[in-house]
Formats: sequence, structure tokens, C-alpha cells
Amino acid sequence: MTTEAPSYKWVGTRSVRPDGFDKVTGRARFGADRHLPGMLIGVVVRSPHAHALIRSVDTSAAAVMPGVKAVITSADLPEISSEEAMSGESVVDYRDLSHNVLARGKVLYVDHPVAAIAATSRRAAEAAAAAVVVEYDVLPHVLTVDEAMAPDAPILHPDQRTVGAVEPSDEPSNIAKRRWFGRGDTEAGFAACDVVIEREFTTRPVHQGYIEPHAVVASTDTDGRSEVWCSSQGHFLVRSQTAKVLGWDPSRLRVIPAEIGGGFGGKTTIYLEPLAVLLSAKSGRPVKLVMDRNEVFMASGPAPGARLRVKIGATSDGDLVAATAWMAFEAGAFKGSPVGAAVQTVFAPYDIPHVDIEGFDVVVNTPKVAAYRAPGAPIAAFATESVLDELAHALGIDPIDLRLRNAVEEGVESTYGPTFRRIGFKETLEAIRDHPHYAAPLGPNQGRGVASGFWFNAGLDSSATVSIHEDGTASVLTGSPDIGGSRASMALMAAEELGIDPTDVRPSIVDTDSIGFTDVTGGSRVTFATGMAVVEACRDIVTTLRTRAATMWGVDIDAVEWVEGRAQMRSGDRPPLSIAEIATASGKTGGPIAATASLTARGVGVAFSTQVCDVEVDPETGIVSVVRYTTAQDAGRAIHPSYVEGQMQGGVVQGIGWALNEAYVYDTEGRMENPSFLDYRMPVASDVPMIDTVIVEVPNPGHPYGVRGVGEVGIVPPLAAIANAIADATGARIRDLPMSPPRVVAELAALGSVDGQGPPLG
Amino acid sequence: MARVHLWGELRDLAGGRQVLDVEARTVAHLLDRLDDLHPGLGSAVRDELAVAIDGEVMTNAEYEPLTATSEVHFLPPIAGG
Repeated sequence: MTTEAPSYKWVGTRSVRPDGFDKVTGRARFGADRHLPGMLIGVVVRSPHAHALIRSVDTSAAAVMPGVKAVITSADLPEISSEEAMSGESVVDYRDLSHNVLARGKVLYVDHPVAAIAATSRRAAEAAAAAVVVEYDVLPHVLTVDEAMAPDAPILHPDQRTVGAVEPSDEPSNIAKRRWFGRGDTEAGFAACDVVIEREFTTRPVHQGYIEPHAVVASTDTDGRSEVWCSSQGHFLVRSQTAKVLGWDPSRLRVIPAEIGGGFGGKTTIYLEPLAVLLSAKSGRPVKLVMDRNEVFMASGPAPGARLRVKIGATSDGDLVAATAWMAFEAGAFKGSPVGAAVQTVFAPYDIPHVDIEGFDVVVNTPKVAAYRAPGAPIAAFATESVLDELAHALGIDPIDLRLRNAVEEGVESTYGPTFRRIGFKETLEAIRDHPHYAAPLGPNQGRGVASGFWFNAGLDSSATVSIHEDGTASVLTGSPDIGGSRASMALMAAEELGIDPTDVRPSIVDTDSIGFTDVTGGSRVTFATGMAVVEACRDIVTTLRTRAATMWGVDIDAVEWVEGRAQMRSGDRPPLSIAEIATASGKTGGPIAATASLTARGVGVAFSTQVCDVEVDPETGIVSVVRYTTAQDAGRAIHPSYVEGQMQGGVVQGIGWALNEAYVYDTEGRMENPSFLDYRMPVASDVPMIDTVIVEVPNPGHPYGVRGVGEVGIVPPLAAIANAIADATGARIRDLPMSPPRVVAELAALGSVDGQGPPLG
Repeated sequence: MARVHLWGELRDLAGGRQVLDVEARTVAHLLDRLDDLHPGLGSAVRDELAVAIDGEVMTNAEYEPLTATSEVHFLPPIAGG
């Protein structure tokens, strides 16, 4: 299906981004940019407690305040029984989703929504929100897996039992699920090893940090239908989840995608949308809700904190023989942490005969976690890749050579079960090993670390409609919100198939009434799956164009070929017909030229990345500066290399922040103490060096152009790569994130490197 | 017959067996057959179905065809970002 060294005209070029002009001129319309006549402003009444029973909610005073047009509580939503179902690529319990949108009977984290109000101004809505009287019975809370898994822990959900428990029990538990994978005999495996290293790691919740907050405008008509404008990673998902929470048929909702200012997984669920629709239905007017930054941090889903133990054994030659992992992930207030992905990815890059992996999904009194770029995998890789680095040092083997010796390749059975098809992991290792960076000299207080990472790609459902206009240009409509440059990739693939210039292709993302169902922009899937739909539709179009040319010439279609955007007779008897000429005549040859493809994308590949970084550690302050960073990633085929590089760099930068500074800090009452970009320190441009990129192209045989998803795996290695670099620079092995200056100073003090009089640990 | 590989807790529902050989035309048919052979096993998979067929992980795979040489793994579903 895919050739090794194809000759493409447009695929692989760096075309101008179709959305660039609108964004740099401010014309692009994001979620909060929608204004409608008579529009009300909504605000959410939120819990001040981390865990409490709701005794009563009295909205009577608020409802009669000036300007207030609607007030809702969970009593306005249908009660949904617990029902787990696939929603996109995730399993969602719609009861949990509903209770997260509006608390019912209990609040489970600080800022959990309790009511919502729509009024003629924000000031009026906020005044009314302050007048809502909620009586609580405050309960003890748990914030970490250690607290939640303790024998006498307060229970969040009295009806929750542990699924998959070794010893099934009818006692309620904060452990929602136990996952286990294993093969071989780890005890015998470790006994055969010359070196065995076991370490424990902890991480804290971190937020995706998208710049654009959650925002929605809903306008509900008297006929019971609602139009919803919002920024999301999947407006079909918004439609289906909102409909489910409201108890509506999905056809009553038309969801219109706004331009999106970042998501990284965090916008693959709903928060405000049902509230806006319901407030609009009750008031009879359009309603807008926009989260402020505090709400984004405290009431939308971060990535989880976790505790892990990883043990790996090897022979003196460097063969990995056995490995075990134990991990507990915070799910937040409702079950559904990414521990299922973590248990599958933790040893996935390596061919290890004996493995035993156990994971726990644990509810705590913090916001329900959401997806964040390769969910679960960075945390798991932080542990594995750190231990591997120690093993390499103990064995006296170069860390890349150790990985190469044990790297998986085509035909190897993965540690999570399936046998790998064609993959490019070894190629990423070789790319870093052979890069000048790997042999460059280091300066004082500097160290170098390497790490690798694995992540799945998703296929799922996509649709595309392609139309040819009379001037020979093409429209490409899809239902995939563009969070990483996918419009440019769609235009390039369409241009390649149709044989026209990419600037003659106009890609658009259209609403749920205007295109076939399309799953979320997530799982690194859009260029792969929606791109496949675009290619399929374009191939239909080319067949139509050849048919129309054959009609115009009075010959059989087999006599016509399509070459560089023109129909030409194989015999050369007639001058070629341009795409514009055929389109202009289409009314005489059978009608408008358009095609739609809707498919479930099969043939999906997997992704690997290997990275090397150099850090410089200030021994007095503990400040870690990343001074050089190179990342190699298997893209299968880079449709638009600049966007592939952007994804690779973006993943690394977010990983640097996760490694060095980012963390939710809670007070003893369970309230986040740093819910702003001032106190929640994400990297800015001046914090990071240029991230060098090496695009490895081992084509995925399951895609017409060999595409693999590139959006996520780049964030998997940085946590360990930086930890390993710090260890190389200082001798301090840090296994508790973030590796912030106070942590580094403390670790250096423990080694006797400094006096340890730095600032207190955060 | 399709060869079915069971991860972790699913093995408990199959009497500890790690591999089963089952005659089935599709994944849905396979789940029915698993329930016949080991009551509860097919249902447990249906609740959270991600399946890998010959190395490719899929969701919404109930009607995927199986062949006599298909290698099937049932996996926890994964949410991407």
C-alpha cells in the first residue's frame, strides 16, 4: 500500500498554513468570541469543600434578583443510572459525567459545580451566585492515592467496588479498578539476572495548560432544538455527551466548532455545554459561559498524580530478562484514570520475557482527570526509563546501546500482548546515537540524559466531503477540529491526489449537521484517519473527473488518465482538459462534482520517540536549565514536516514543564493553592532552547501515505530524559516530580554536594 | 480457529487459561462463543472492549471478521489526548 521512496509533489512540503492569516489578523473566532443578540452571561456556583454531602440548595433568593433569567441545579437534569459506554476512544460512565457537570447529593472536590445562573450581565450573575444558599455536611477528604488506599480512608462513592480485585469484596473502596498484565515467571527471571534495580517514583497532577479556557454559547429555540458554539476537540462528542446528560436526542443539538486555542486532550469531555443549553432553554435566550483560569485549573481535568514501583533485571551482557511494575493513579473524583494505558505502555518499547504489571485506578477528592497527550505513558516511562539509565550505568553499557539491544521490532510480541507490525523504534535510537548532539562535549555542572517512549495511535471514525468548483479549486470539509495543523495536512493530501496546488484547496471544519460523524481530534488520529477519508474522497473525485472528461471526448473512461490536475487521453489525440474546464462543464456532463467518504480507519500504527537532553544544574539554587535538546520520532510519513516538528517540539516543551516545575499544590482543605499561570509555572519561550528534531520515516503500511500519528508520543520521554541528565550532572537521582529548585537543592544536600539551605520544599 | 490471548484479570474468568482457540466468524460471534465456554468472559470483555486483531488495536470492532489464523488480544481501552 505504501512505497518506501515515493515521489510526491506536495506531500512532505512545507506549505503555508491555511488558518494562518485569520489567526495573525485576529479574525479567527475562538470559543468566547461568539456574541448573539440578547445573550445572557452564565456563571457556575461551585463547592467550597473537597468532600461534603449536600443537605440543600436554596436558589429562591438568587432567582428573583435583578437581571437573573434562569437558575439550574442537578434537579434540572435527569438522573442517569451508571452506564459505561464507549465515547470516542474512551469509556465514559454517563452517570459520573452528569454528576461532574452538576453535583448530585455530594460534592467531591473544591469547585465541583452545584448550580448555574444566567443573567443579563456577569455582575448580576455573580451577585445571584453569591445568593445561592447551599448547606453542606463536610466529610473528611483524600487527595492522594496513599490517602485514598489507606484501610480507613473516607469513601467517595459508597456504591463503588473494586473491579478486578485479587480478592473480590462487597466492601466499598476508593480503588475503582485493578489492572494486571503478565507473562513468564518474573521470580525465576530475576533469579537469572546479574543486576536488578527497583525504585519508587511519585508524580503530581499537572494541567495541559491550554491558553484558551473552556467556553460555550448555546441558543435553544422554542422548538426544543439548540445550537451550541464551543471550542472542543470533538464537536460530535460534545453533541453526544451533552445529549446524554440532558436526556435529549442528539438530533436536537447542532454543535458548531469554534477555532481552538489548545486542548492536548483536555477538551475531549464536556463541562459547561449542558449548563449553557439548559440555561438557554429555561430563559429563552442565548447563554454564554466562559471559565476563568482558576476554574480551568480547579474544575477541568488535569493529568493524574501517581505512585509507581518499577523493578528491572538484566544479565551482565545487557539482556533485559524480567520486569515488574506496580502503579496507582489518581482518577480524581470519578473513576477513569489512564492507568490502563500506563500498564500497557510501561515496558512496551522493550522485549522482556518475564513481566508482571499491576495498576490501580483510585478516586480522590480532586477534579476528575482528563486526557493529556499520551495519557498515562509519560508517568510510566518516567519510572522505566530512569531505572534503565541506572541499569546502563551499573552494567557499564551506553544507555542507547542498552535500549537498542532490547528494543522491540516487527514480529516481537509486545509486553501488552499483540505482536508489533512494522515500527521504527530502533531507527529513533540510531538517529539519536548518530546525531552530533550525542557526542558533543559538556560544560561544567552539565549532564546528558536519554530516554525513549511509546504510544498508541487511534483510528476511529472520520468523514470528509470534497467538492470541485468551477474555477478548478477544491473545498475539503471535515469534522476534525484542527489543534495541530491538520487543515494544512488535509490540503496537502488533497492537492497530491487531485494534482492541484495546495493553495487551491480550502479546508474547513464544519458543524455536526454538515458532515458525517467524526470522532475526536485525539489519539494522534486526525492526519491518519481523517486524512484517509480525504484521500478516499479525492480518489472518487478523480474517477468522476476522468468519467466527465471521457463524456466530453466521447471515449471510454479507460482511455483517460489523470495527470497533474488534468485529464489527458492516453493516446494523446486531444489536448488535455484542466480541472477547471471539466468543473465548468459539469452541468452538462452529470452535475456537480463532489464526493464524500466516511470510514472507520483501520491500519493504525504505533509511535516511538527517543530523546537526548543536556541540562546545567546550578548547585547553589537548584535551578535546572535545559541547554540542549534533540528529539527523534517515527512519523511514518511527514505530510507537513513543519507541523510534525511542531508537534515533536510541543510535546518536549510540555514534558520539560512537567519535569521541572509544574504541579498542583493543595492546602490541607483540598483547595489548589496555585491556580494561575503566575504560580503554576509553565515553561515560556525563554525557558527552553531550540528543540532540534529528527523526523524518522518508517512508513505505516496501513495508510495510503504511510502516516503515523505524531501528536502525543513526544511528551513521553522528557520526564526521564531530564531526570537522567540531572543524575549525570550531579549524581542525584530524583524520583519525585517536579524536579524544582527546592527539590534539587534537597537532593544535592542529601548527597553532601551543597549545604541544603535553599528554599523550603513545595 | 482464532487464537484468543487473555490479559490479567480475564484469565480468572477462563479458569486461569491464557490462550483459547475458538471458532468464530466475527468478534461479536467470538464473544458469544467465549460466554458459552466460560460464562461471564464474553460479557466482561463487552463492557470495555478494545481488541487487537493481528497486532492492530481497534475499538468498535464487534463486527470485524476473524479468520482461522487471527490472533486476538482483548485490552483495556485507551484514551488518547
